Amino acid sequence: MTFENAGETASGTAHTPCPRAPRLERGENEGAAATTVPRPRTAARRVSIRDLHAWYGDRHAVKGLTLELEPNRATAIIGPSGCGKSTLVRCINRMHEEVPGARAEGEVVLDGVNLYDERVDVVAVRRLVGMVFQKPNPFPTMSIFDNVAAGLRLTGAKGADLHERVERSLRAAGLWDEVKDRLKSPGVSLSGGQQQRLCIARTLAVEPEVILMDEPASALDPISTLRIEELVEELKERYTIVIVTHNMQQAARVADATAFMLDGELVEVGPTEKMFTNPDDERTEQYVTGKFG
Amino acid sequence: MSVLPAVSARRRRADALARGLLALGAAVAMLPLVLVLYYLVKKGAGALSVSFFTSDPTGAFLGDPGGVRSAVLGTIEIVALATLIAVPLGVGVALYLTEYGRASLFGKAVRYFVDVMTGVPSIVFGLFIYITLVLSGFGGGFAGWKGSVALALLMLPVVTRSAEVVLLLVPGSLREAALALGAPRWRVVARVVLPTALPGLVTGALLAVARAAGETAPLLFTSAVVSGTSYDLGQRMNSLPIQIFNDITQPSDRLVERAWGAALTLVLMILLLTVVARLVARRSRLT
Ligand SMILES: Nc1ncnc2c1ncn2[C@@H]1O[C@H](COP(=O)(O)OP(=O)(O)OP(=O)(O)O)[C@@H](O)[C@H]1O
Ligand SMILES: [Mg+2]
Repeated sequence: MTFENAGETASGTAHTPCPRAPRLERGENEGAAATTVPRPRTAARRVSIRDLHAWYGDRHAVKGLTLELEPNRATAIIGPSGCGKSTLVRCINRMHEEVPGARAEGEVVLDGVNLYDERVDVVAVRRLVGMVFQKPNPFPTMSIFDNVAAGLRLTGAKGADLHERVERSLRAAGLWDEVKDRLKSPGVSLSGGQQQRLCIARTLAVEPEVILMDEPASALDPISTLRIEELVEELKERYTIVIVTHNMQQAARVADATAFMLDGELVEVGPTEKMFTNPDDERTEQYVTGKFG
Repeated sequence: MSVLPAVSARRRRADALARGLLALGAAVAMLPLVLVLYYLVKKGAGALSVSFFTSDPTGAFLGDPGGVRSAVLGTIEIVALATLIAVPLGVGVALYLTEYGRASLFGKAVRYFVDVMTGVPSIVFGLFIYITLVLSGFGGGFAGWKGSVALALLMLPVVTRSAEVVLLLVPGSLREAALALGAPRWRVVARVVLPTALPGLVTGALLAVARAAGETAPLLFTSAVVSGTSYDLGQRMNSLPIQIFNDITQPSDRLVERAWGAALTLVLMILLLTVVARLVARRSRLT
């Protein structure tokens, strides 16, 4: 019931125009390629991954992977443990390079701009490509409100509409009704599922274009999982979503397209239904039917 | 009974023996500490009075020797300035080590030198300041602030080490969460890492302060000996450790008693700091 309300509000605000044009470049006048015109919130962005390689020291974790992430779609990434799913999504917002000794090569193109272009500011990339982690990680020193506002404060966004944006994000994450009377209590006082939705709200508050979710529900109970899945369904209206999951049913429920990875390589990508019923590759068939992995 | 046999008598005896030995060891280790406290209270409590804390040492050998006001105030002033120097610097070094130069060669070298500095005897810091700041006549001769610098040098490695340990306890997932929101690294440090680590940083700093407050050697050659109260860190300044050091060797019962009283005062001040440090540590959300 709560959730329906949140849904209405979310689609109600869906048509507000994007307040800023994304700027990826470091300098003011380093070239004309990066800036794009403001656009309505409903048109999400396409991400093209081209021949992406990623290493941890000498370990080659992603081996020349090419994948299209369609706008306004949720793409599920599945594959056995250690096949490089997390590494792949962390390359999309350039978090991979935060690991000491890790590096990546190749292209991740967002709306015509290669995020790995050396003129691109990595901080700007992360504002455009938000991320939700496997374990809920609210900031322990901050209240519920401050956790959501943190995204804005940490990125230096100022403005009087802080309250409004926090409320909008919490509503979009389906958490507003549960926390509106206790915005000042610590973020860590929420349940695990609520904390994860708080983290989603925190990500939404920065208004990214793409949302990466690395097993966002694997630490949660079935009810919370269901809520996260419903949320993904709603967020598709406005964002391009990538969701890593070990749960085949979850992939089948939320994803429009599914990509199957094995040992750092993309085996197959296609519409979810096809991937689960009639995949082209034998290994995909074996994996989705539970014969290995 | 057949599945779970009773503990054999031999195991019981071995257990009792081991327990007894360990308890004895603990008791022996505690003994000197208890004796120190006992003597301090026994010999020092008699000296404590209102005038003990409100009057300066008179310097008179016969008659009323005066109290320890200048020493208490001096210690507070000198240590406060030392804290102002050492804590920001030490936390800064620790931040560099954990957030920026964790794996770099320079970072490793810094960490090594910090470890070496931890082991340097305090008198060496005193001598160093004596030679570089006092003998050179930089800003006059002996001065309270020079004592502060010597104490700050002593505190710096302690603060750095404890701060580094606390900062390493801040989960990497929090840094990642903040970075993934598109925060520049300095904001991640200022708004997420430091606030999360704050209780632990305060505790570490207070323990370093407690350690420095009792040091005699670095002050001996730097802030020197004087009896009057001074609020000017540019002048010679009295302090509790130095006052104790001077009084205890005097052939006068009243001066020796004042030394015990001053020692008790110093221990109580340090105890207070330690208790505060413990209370702050409890607020920490890091384990
Ligand atoms: N920090 C790291 N340092 C070194 N190697 C790493 C690191 N993280 C991951 N790897 C290696 O990279 C490969 C891919 O790891 P990744 O975490 O992307 O797998 P995954 O598909 O997300 O697995 P899971 O389903 O278990 O989360 C693995 O072989 C792993 O051992
Ligand atoms: Mg993973």
